[in-house]
Amino acid sequence: MSVTLTVSVLLFLSLAGFWLGRNRAVAVSGGRIANLHSVPNYYGSYMALWAALPALVLILVWLALRGAVIDWMVLSSMSPQQLESWARVMLAPVELEALLPSIADGASALTETSRQLLLINISNLAIGQAQYVNAGVIDAITPAANHLAQLRGLADWTLFGIVVALAGSLLAITWSKIGPEFRARNNVERIITALLVLCSTIAILTTVGIVLSLLFESIRFFTKVPITEFLFGLQWSPQTAIRADQVGSSGAFGAVPLFTGTLLIATIAMCVAAPVGLMSAIYLSEYAPKKIRGVVKPVLEILAGVPTVVFGFFAILTVAPFIRDVGAALGIPISSQSALAAGVVMGIMIVPFVSSLADDVINAVPQSLRDGSYGLGATKSETIKQVLLPAALPGIVGAMLLAVSRAIGETMIVVMAAGLQASLTLNPLESVTTVTVQIKSILVGDQEFDSAKTLSVFALGLVLFLVTLALNVVALRIVQKYREKYD
Amino acid sequence: MTEIAEPMPTAMPVSLHTGDAATKRLKARYAAERRFRFYGILAILFACTMLVILLSTLLKEGTSAFFQTEVKLAVTIDAGVIDPKGTGNPAEWDRGAFQTLVIDALYKEFPDVSGRTEKRDLRGLVSPVAGVRLGQMLDENPALVGQTIDVWLPASDGVNQIVKGGIDRDLPEAERPISDKQLAWFDSLEQRGDVRSAFNTTFFTASDSNYPELAGLLGAMVGTLLTMLVTLVISLPIGVAAAVYLEEFAPKNRFTEIIEVNINNLAAVPSIVFGLLGLAVFLNFFGMPRSAPLVGGLVLGLLVLPTIIIASRAALKAVPPSIREAALGMGASKLQAVMHHVLPLAMPGIMTGTIIGMAHAVGETAPLLMIGMNAFVTSAPDSLLASSSVLPVQIFIWADKPERGFVELTSAAILVLLAFLILMNGAAIWLRKKFERRW
Repeated sequence: MSVTLTVSVLLFLSLAGFWLGRNRAVAVSGGRIANLHSVPNYYGSYMALWAALPALVLILVWLALRGAVIDWMVLSSMSPQQLESWARVMLAPVELEALLPSIADGASALTETSRQLLLINISNLAIGQAQYVNAGVIDAITPAANHLAQLRGLADWTLFGIVVALAGSLLAITWSKIGPEFRARNNVERIITALLVLCSTIAILTTVGIVLSLLFESIRFFTKVPITEFLFGLQWSPQTAIRADQVGSSGAFGAVPLFTGTLLIATIAMCVAAPVGLMSAIYLSEYAPKKIRGVVKPVLEILAGVPTVVFGFFAILTVAPFIRDVGAALGIPISSQSALAAGVVMGIMIVPFVSSLADDVINAVPQSLRDGSYGLGATKSETIKQVLLPAALPGIVGAMLLAVSRAIGETMIVVMAAGLQASLTLNPLESVTTVTVQIKSILVGDQEFDSAKTLSVFALGLVLFLVTLALNVVALRIVQKYREKYD
Repeated sequence: MTEIAEPMPTAMPVSLHTGDAATKRLKARYAAERRFRFYGILAILFACTMLVILLSTLLKEGTSAFFQTEVKLAVTIDAGVIDPKGTGNPAEWDRGAFQTLVIDALYKEFPDVSGRTEKRDLRGLVSPVAGVRLGQMLDENPALVGQTIDVWLPASDGVNQIVKGGIDRDLPEAERPISDKQLAWFDSLEQRGDVRSAFNTTFFTASDSNYPELAGLLGAMVGTLLTMLVTLVISLPIGVAAAVYLEEFAPKNRFTEIIEVNINNLAAVPSIVFGLLGLAVFLNFFGMPRSAPLVGGLVLGLLVLPTIIIASRAALKAVPPSIREAALGMGASKLQAVMHHVLPLAMPGIMTGTIIGMAHAVGETAPLLMIGMNAFVTSAPDSLLASSSVLPVQIFIWADKPERGFVELTSAAILVLLAFLILMNGAAIWLRKKFERRW
């Protein structure tokens, strides 16, 4: 854990810088603090920030790049003979066949997957976990493993040296700058403001990261499977074979059954959540006495705070068996993983969400509209149906769109309660699968990073991201436009 | 109001508002009013009932997991069996032999049981991992070797479920895991007073296991704590800094507008997409280890960041401008005014928002599955890079297991998770009540 040591030493240097800067400022003031441009603490902070920040950035960049560089150096140091004896034990015959002619090129001849495998073997051996390595290859990769361990140690100590040197020299430079005229406060404030700007761009960086990572992997997927087949194909069975010569080796990647399944479950969820959420919001804001409001609001908040994995367990433990039993009593066979069960539970999950959004929208309708309606002799329900709801309609539509986007993106309930079989049906009593279920089921477990099966996940993720993004943008637009009308 | 609807004396001309048709109309309107109101009550009742059913099911299923049926056996700790090398060093003991000792003690309890199938049935009374428990006891007190001691050992999952009523003992023999013969043996043990129901300490001191009697939550709880630590360290400073910049310093221009729209949209991105981001960036690009609390914390940190920024901005907005103006008037710089005066006043609001965001993160499951935090982890993680599980993922793993014992464990784990959440939300409400200031 030499990196931890490096960071602690850096923090210590930074603290020392604070103390040095403060003392230096007091010293140069000649006994009268008022001679200084800024309060002594600012001189300390100035040195502390300069000591810590550049070195921290350096550590982060180093950590991000270190792995790839070291891997490359280790692999390029392996001789073709070592590679061959490793490949003869670990690779499948087909891959070995492909590798042998070009083995003289060294590690660059390996495919991405076998390169990963080799690296895992070497690093396991290097950290002393030889039990995870096939005994037949230990001899071949021991030199590489030693090299790796040596490089890692070297890298850690080099980093330590560079960081200490950098922080030390910056301390010396800043120390020499300190004088009564030096504008320490302005300098510190400039650094802090820059940090604040940096933090607020993290949100953008996250979005960029999401878009780039999804897009990049999706494009790799679309080079293997045409985008038209993905968007319009009716067959989804991503089971690609392990070996190329196996039967049924090409999976089918038509995502339409997943889209219909997702929409089916989201529709069922909205059939539950929309009326219940809307009616409870109306009752709470228009009819309920304060006492009932005081009880029901917290109940809805608790319901909103229940983790989705709990709802998923509730679905398989209570709701799905109940629906199946009801079906059996009526003589209708219902799958125990029916879309109905998942949809109903998801609806229950979304009720508080719809209710609180609708509550806000209804409360935003000015009282004068209600009073005008009552003045004309309308009953409460007539006022609500003919005045309030039309006035609040854009906001309610916005709320429903947000709820739909939640339903589409929801994962745990459908993972636990809906099925895995991609069938193209609109029958709520059958088992369907959704986009999120497929993402989860493909990614959990062993994965191979350049197979179409794994890459398809990112294409699904991209579709999910774009659809929910579009729904949110439209919904927020509608809500904002509507708010402006009464403000 | 109804008197108005009453028909007037016949001498008066029939008005539009008093005729028979009008009465009927009014009746219908009032009926519609009552119906509408009834629908509202129905909706509320539906939501409340669902919550009650959810909680009562969990309580009913889960409370029994806090108790474990144990059987008292007189076990002779034969040094020759457990310590074949004769070194006397606990590290050299034959761990498999403890189960043999337990089985021998059980045979002694029922001397008339003979034959292979009968003996196998008899062994089915105690847990197949009772020997592990015995081993732990001896590790703590090695002086017991060579003696015959009365120890309480966990009963098998089937017996456990029969005692707790999870499985009905009146079911036909073929439908329950315990046969009639085993039931009779067990009843005779019970009559001798050799059966008790003890608090299931294993549940809080052990980590995941394939045997429900041995499975516990410790690993998941430690994993959750480590993950949340990383989440807090990532999201609180960045979130507050971003909020301060956007609320106090940012000029109104294209760039800040983009950031604002971005944050609002990010708050509504499905959590599983954050998991994909973590997989592609942290695991594949930066090569961080799978299943590590560090990566989980980073992903959840990004996930709750928008929540914290939005809450912090609201809290900063609630501080009246007079505070800033007074500070600026005294000669403070803009940054000093914000850091020394506005931020401390907004802190309670920021903390409340942060706790609510963290409570949201504690229950998050899907993104953590994407980065492999569903590992089977049998010991508590000891560093931020060790393989680890977290509470909601542990719940998900247990919910998938077929044994009846895991159903109650799942419910109990959910109760623990909900208790965590209620605690956090309670803290948020308390903070809000205690420090809330109206200007």
